[in-house]
Formats: sequence, structure tokens, C-alpha cells
Amino acid sequence: MHYDRSVAAVPVYSGAFGKVQAERLLWRAGFGAREGEAEALAKLGLKAAVASLVQPASTDLVGPAPVDEKGRAIAPADAYGHDHLWFLDRMIRSKAPLVERMTLIWHDWFATSNAGVASQQLMLNQNQLFRQNALGSFADLLTGVTQDPAMLVWLNGNQNAKGRPNENYGREMMELFTLGADRGAYTETDVREQARALTGWTGSAAKGATSFVYNAALYDTGTKTIFGKSGAYAWQDAVQLCLSHSLHPSFFVTKLWSYFVPTAPDAATLAALQDLYGSRQIAPVVSAILQHPDFYNGPRMTKPPVVFNAGLMRMRGLYVTTSQWWSLGKSAGQQLFYPPDVSGWDDTKWLDTGTFRARWFIATLTQGGGAPTDSPADPAKLVKRALQFWGYPTLTDRTTSLVLAFAKAQLKRGNAPALVETALRRLIVTSPDLQTV
Amino acid sequence: MSCDDCTRSNLLRRAVAEAGRGLPEIEAGMPIPAGTGLSRREFVSRTAGLALAVYGGAPLVAQAFDEGIANAAEAAAASGRILVSVFLAGGIDSLSVLFPAGESNYYSLRPTLALGQGTGIAYTGDSRLRWNSAASGLATLYGEGKVSVLPAIGYANSDQSHFTSRHYWEVGATDPTLRSGWLGRFLDYAGTPDNPLQGLCLDTALQPSLATTKVPVATIQAADQYTFSYAGLPTHPLESSIFQEAANIGAAHAKAATDPGLGGAGKIALTSHELAYSLSPFGYGFKTPVAYPASSDSFPHRLASLAAMIAAGLPLKAVSITAPGSYDTHATQASSLTKNLQLTSDSLLSFQRDLESRGVADRVLVHVWSEFGRRVQENGSQGTDHGSAGLGFLIGTQVNGKQLGAYPGLTGGGVNSSGNLNPTADFRAIYASIFEQWFGVDSNQFLPNVGAFERPVLLKS
Repeated sequence: MHYDRSVAAVPVYSGAFGKVQAERLLWRAGFGAREGEAEALAKLGLKAAVASLVQPASTDLVGPAPVDEKGRAIAPADAYGHDHLWFLDRMIRSKAPLVERMTLIWHDWFATSNAGVASQQLMLNQNQLFRQNALGSFADLLTGVTQDPAMLVWLNGNQNAKGRPNENYGREMMELFTLGADRGAYTETDVREQARALTGWTGSAAKGATSFVYNAALYDTGTKTIFGKSGAYAWQDAVQLCLSHSLHPSFFVTKLWSYFVPTAPDAATLAALQDLYGSRQIAPVVSAILQHPDFYNGPRMTKPPVVFNAGLMRMRGLYVTTSQWWSLGKSAGQQLFYPPDVSGWDDTKWLDTGTFRARWFIATLTQGGGAPTDSPADPAKLVKRALQFWGYPTLTDRTTSLVLAFAKAQLKRGNAPALVETALRRLIVTSPDLQTV
Repeated sequence: MSCDDCTRSNLLRRAVAEAGRGLPEIEAGMPIPAGTGLSRREFVSRTAGLALAVYGGAPLVAQAFDEGIANAAEAAAASGRILVSVFLAGGIDSLSVLFPAGESNYYSLRPTLALGQGTGIAYTGDSRLRWNSAASGLATLYGEGKVSVLPAIGYANSDQSHFTSRHYWEVGATDPTLRSGWLGRFLDYAGTPDNPLQGLCLDTALQPSLATTKVPVATIQAADQYTFSYAGLPTHPLESSIFQEAANIGAAHAKAATDPGLGGAGKIALTSHELAYSLSPFGYGFKTPVAYPASSDSFPHRLASLAAMIAAGLPLKAVSITAPGSYDTHATQASSLTKNLQLTSDSLLSFQRDLESRGVADRVLVHVWSEFGRRVQENGSQGTDHGSAGLGFLIGTQVNGKQLGAYPGLTGGGVNSSGNLNPTADFRAIYASIFEQWFGVDSNQFLPNVGAFERPVLLKS
């Protein structure tokens, strides 16, 4: 316990916590709301709502297991694209949405692509590592990642040996994973010395997970000078040096914040979050961000494509029954297990004319081809029925009035009410309202 | 919605759409493969024909639609120069593309990666260097005077982070905080609010070099792949009306939303709709007068579609495309570099022949770049770590075919204390010269602090 805190606590949102706020929480800390979920979460109040996500009562998967279009069980370790389906399914069915969302965040933070690893099994193993440490200790997570076979292949840690250092992992563990570029946190000499400290790992994807071992004969036993300190550092020291670096906490909380809030934290918030991160635990920082005023008062964020996809399926009560989702995810700019490079996906650039097209198809496929019966020739009722189809997502007044006007015009034109109703279904989920939250 | 918040072309398109709501979106076999021997006017008329076929609109409305596209195409032809930016991702090893067979320490620094003295293709720009055989396409064009070589391009004190260095190249300055692209700022000045094709990215995501702050830009995989129908998905009888209304909703948010997320998402819905109409003739494919490399990679196809779009008179100004593969070759470099270099080089040769065959080659300048070069000494994994100066090319019938900046060499001052090549040309000077010599505009309005750089001459006199 801190009795003499020099840093103030992180500010907490004190405004109304209703359906709209609960929807934002569910979309940003999970994968949207099934019908009635936002209302139920709102009833808990902010603190208990966030606690229910950070400390989930269960991590069970609920609902039918994923299958392909022929009804066969998916083969995530073997069939191309089924790794994407496997993770998408967990997003849809897990009772612990924040655990899955944090797993997605770590997949982006420690972005590893099977394009370089060439083993879906190793990628799935890494994904489980992210899941196990999703809200635990970042020290444990970084330690796990540093000896993770997929990462060792991806950034050539398995080829980094005494006398023939490979700088790839050492550079990115500082630049992208713990400290950040252009902050004066490390020098090019630190990169080279860090690579020496990280020597000793070996293994190959072709030979499988068990081939990845630490071989002391490959370790460079010499003295290294890193961040101005010298010692016969080994890989565990390399991890600790990054974690205890004075610029690590500010990097960590700022980067984590950026996944949940599109505007930068103010200086007081930044300081308070760093204080919370003293023990290198992830959950307290996430919990504080999810209760911060900026989370609820600030502007909207674009939903990542896979979050949009999983969320639409949850709104409709659908499960994975086709392999089309992975190629649509790819077209929408997010094929899971294939981030564009080691810096991950660019969360500020999800929407362009190409990815919008793929979101259109995701919306179309989620909606399906079915037509309603007994559609009334009443524009307002048609809009309400179309909203019901999606579990009553909240729309802006602007979009609501436009789709209502559209319904009126289409009915006046003589189009059948059922046709207008299915048109409204599509317009609701392709609107800017549903691309963002 | 009120229509004073729409651009003129949107109004025209809405008028067309209003004329025939509920008709099927596209009828098979209707329009033409675009860009094959048709004049721009013919192309435009056929585009209008498609609009007629789709919407069954009244002739008057179709004429107006025709006029809207024709205006954009005419404007493009009037100032029809196009820059095509080709990105080699990951930092290509310049010493494996033009390799210094004439320097003995090349063989001691690169014991497993060095290319043999008797291999490759002669390079007349510097007697120490030879072309990698995999770059035969580039060597061929170089022999015709259509390639200017930048053997050591970069910037002083180069940053060895992929992401920082790439960002500098993308924004056209060594400024980590700039958010608009170097070509995006040019498009904001030279572009229009209703032509997303002016900045065209042929990748899965927008290349940041094209990031604008005002005018729309487009991202498509290829010209024939921007239709809003998709195999296996149901098509709604009101599909075109839904698409139109989605654009209307987008326009309303783009115009009035105070929330930047809603406004940005709205603008993309509107731009996507404009783009789909402009590209609708390509929905049935296109013909290509030359052969491109057969590959499972889409790069040759994307370039072929670009040549067809240029020949069809579509109003393009700046185009970006990412070449196949990754050049971040920390391990077993030779196999992946050779494969990717061959495909890239062969495809660029086909693209140039395509443009020449269609008679539009004089309008196109290709700029090939990578975020940095690689360490002179190979690492212990038959690969190379991040370096400083790297490799670039300018390709086209209008370039002067010279070497821009000397090859620094592996001895003396050529290599810095970190074992990386020193740059002999600065990327910002090349950008400034492209603006001034290719586009004929003052570069100072797009590039900060470039006054002091000497401008290399890029084009034929």
C-alpha cells in the first residue's frame, strides 16, 4: 500500500454510464454487444462493469464449435486461413472478451507473422502465450516472448549466436516492445550489445516446438555494455534491462493507452498510470484506462476489421460456419497471424477505399440473404425492425433520420416493404456509426 | 439530405442513380475491356454507356454523367504526368543488386553472400559494379538509357529503425511528427475534391506517402478488382440504391459530423462510391499488349492494370505500389532477395514495355525506393543487418539514364564507423527535383527545408 503517494490517482469517469457508454466499453474492450448485453452491463455501474471484464468469472467458450462450409471441424494448425477462423471464433464465443481482446493487442504489440515463421502450430502456441499472460505480468510476458519459438524464428533469435550476432530481435525488443524509437532510450551500440546478450537460442520451425532450446555453447559469455552498464549479460538480463529502464513505463502505458483511447493522455494521467505500473502488472493499468474520462468523453475510434467482423456476428448470434471470413479479413486489412510487419497493424489507418469494400462484404455475409415476413409499409417500423435484426445497436440521430428518409422514399417508389427492410439492415451496419465506436 | 454538401460529380451521379433505382447493378457482357486501343473520349462514352445500362437513366442525365467524368479525364490529359512510386519493403541490400565485383574486400566482407566476378551483367556507370543477373530487366532498360541509378541514396545520420526511416521517406523530411505524405501534400495542392484516382495506392492499405489532409485518394488492389459484387455473396435487388444511400449517409457525416471518427468513416464511404463508378468499365477485365511474368504474386497484374488505367485516360497523378516480398534479409538472404528482385525487375520491364506499346510512356516516371541499405559486412546468418545508404532508381523514357551520386566504395570514406555505406545522394533532393523537373511546381511548398540541397538533373535535356 502507498500511504505517501507523490502521484495523484488516475482520473475516473463520473458521467452517466448507460447503454451508449456500455456499448463503447464492450466494443473497445471486447467484440461488441449481443442483444441486451450493453443494457445489462450498464446496470452494474462503471466500476463493477470494468471489473467484470478485467476479472472475468469464466473464460469458457459458449456456443457451437467452428466449422467450415461443409460442416467439418476447422484445422487451425494445418489448413491455411483456419488459424484466423480459430481466433475469430474465440472472439465470438469467449465469456472473457477482454482476455481475447488483450490477446489481440499482444498479437499486434509483439507482431509476428506466419509469413516468416511458416508454422501455424508455432503461431497458435504463441497466441496461447499471449492469452495466458493477457492481463498478468508484462515481465512474464516479455520473458515468454523472448524464448517463444515463433518469435525466435520471426526475428532470427534462433540464429543469433556467439561470434555471429544477429541484431533483429534485440533491436525490436527495445524499439517496438519496451522502449520506443527516437526517445534517446538506447543507442546503436546498445542494439549490438543487446544482440550479444541474447545469444544462445537455437531451433527450427521445421523441427517443431521441442527443437527450440537454449544452448550455452552458442552464448556469448563476454562482457556487454548496455544502457551504460556493463556485465556478462545473458538473455534474462537483456529482458530485465529493458523492463527496468527508466523510459520503459512511459512507453508501456502510452502504447497500451493508444489501443483504447484515440487521443493522447494528459501529463497527470500519464504519470498516474506509470505509478500504477510499478510492479509491471498489466491489469491495473488496463482497468484504469477503461474507467478514464477520456475513454467515454473523447472522440470515436475505428473498430479494427476483425473486431467489426466478430461484433457483427455476435449482434446476429452467428458462429463460424464458413472459411470465407479469413479472406474477407485479409481484404479488410487484418488477416490474423499475418500482420504487415513487426510493428503490427496501423490502428490509425484502418479505413480506405479498399478496406471499406471488404467491410461491405463482411456486412453482406453477416446479414445473409434471408428476407423478413410481414414487413409493414411503415418506414419507422421498418427501421425499428432492421435495428432489432442487429440486436438494437445505437445509431446517431443523423444516420437514423437518413435511413428513415430512405425507407420513406423507397416505399413511395413502390418497392416492397420486405425489400426496403433488408436494405435498411445493410445500411445500418455499413454506416459510419458501426465502423466506429 | 440537402444537396449543397455534395460535389458536382456526386450530384450528377445521384441524378443518374435516381433515374433507375431498383434495376440490376450490372449486366454481364455489357461494357468493354477498357484501355485497349480506345481513345479517351471513346472510353468516357463507353463509361457513360455503362451508366446507362446500369441505371436505364434518361439520355440527358447520362450526358451529364459523361461530362463529369470527361472533365476529370481532360484535366488529367492536360497535365498528364504521372509518378509511380515503387517501394521495396525492408531495406534492400544495394550490394546484392549492383555488386562491387571490382573491390577485393567485397569478398572478405561477404564470404557467403558475395556474387562471383564472372557472374552478372556489366554496368557502365561504375567499373567496380555489376548488375545481379536477377536484375536483368533493369539492366536491359539501363542499357536503353531509361534507368537512372542512385547507388547510395539516404540521408546524414540515418536512422536504422525500419519504421522511423521509412516514415522519413514517406513524409519527405527527417521529422517524426509529420503526418501527411510528401506526395499527399502535392495532391492537396494539385488535386481536386472529387477525384480519388489522383492519388492511387495499388496495395491492400494506403501507402503513407499518399496521405493527404484535404483531397480524397484511393486504395484498390487492381483496376479490375473494385466491384462491389463478391462471389458467393447474395446481391440485393436494391443493391445500387443501397450503395448510393451508404454514400449519402457518408457524405452527411463527412460534412457535418463533429466527431473525427464519424467524419472520416463517412468520407471513405463517399469516396468508395465515386471510385467504384469511375472504375466500373474495368469490372470486366482489361487487355494487355505485352506479356508480364507469370506469378502467384499480384504485383505483375497490378502493374498491368495500372498501365491500362493510364492508357484509358483516368485522371491519375501519383501512384504507389509495394513490390513483392520483404528485403529485411537478416538470414539466408540470397534466396529470397534473388527471387523477389527477379520478379520485381521483370515486372517493371514489362510495365515499361506496356506503356511504350500503348504510347503513354512519356507521361510516366517510376521511382523505386527502400527505407535504407544494409550493413556492408554480412552477419553470421547468411544475411545482413540494417545499414545506412541504400539503392534507388528512376525509370522512364524521360530520365537521363545517368548515375545520380557516386558509388562510395567499400574502402576509405565510403563506409562509416558503424560499417555502413555513406550516402552520396539525399532522398529529399530527389523529391525536390521530381517536383520541380517532373511536375513543374515549386518544391518548397511541399518539402520543409530543402532549399540547401543541390538539385540533381533527372530528365533528358
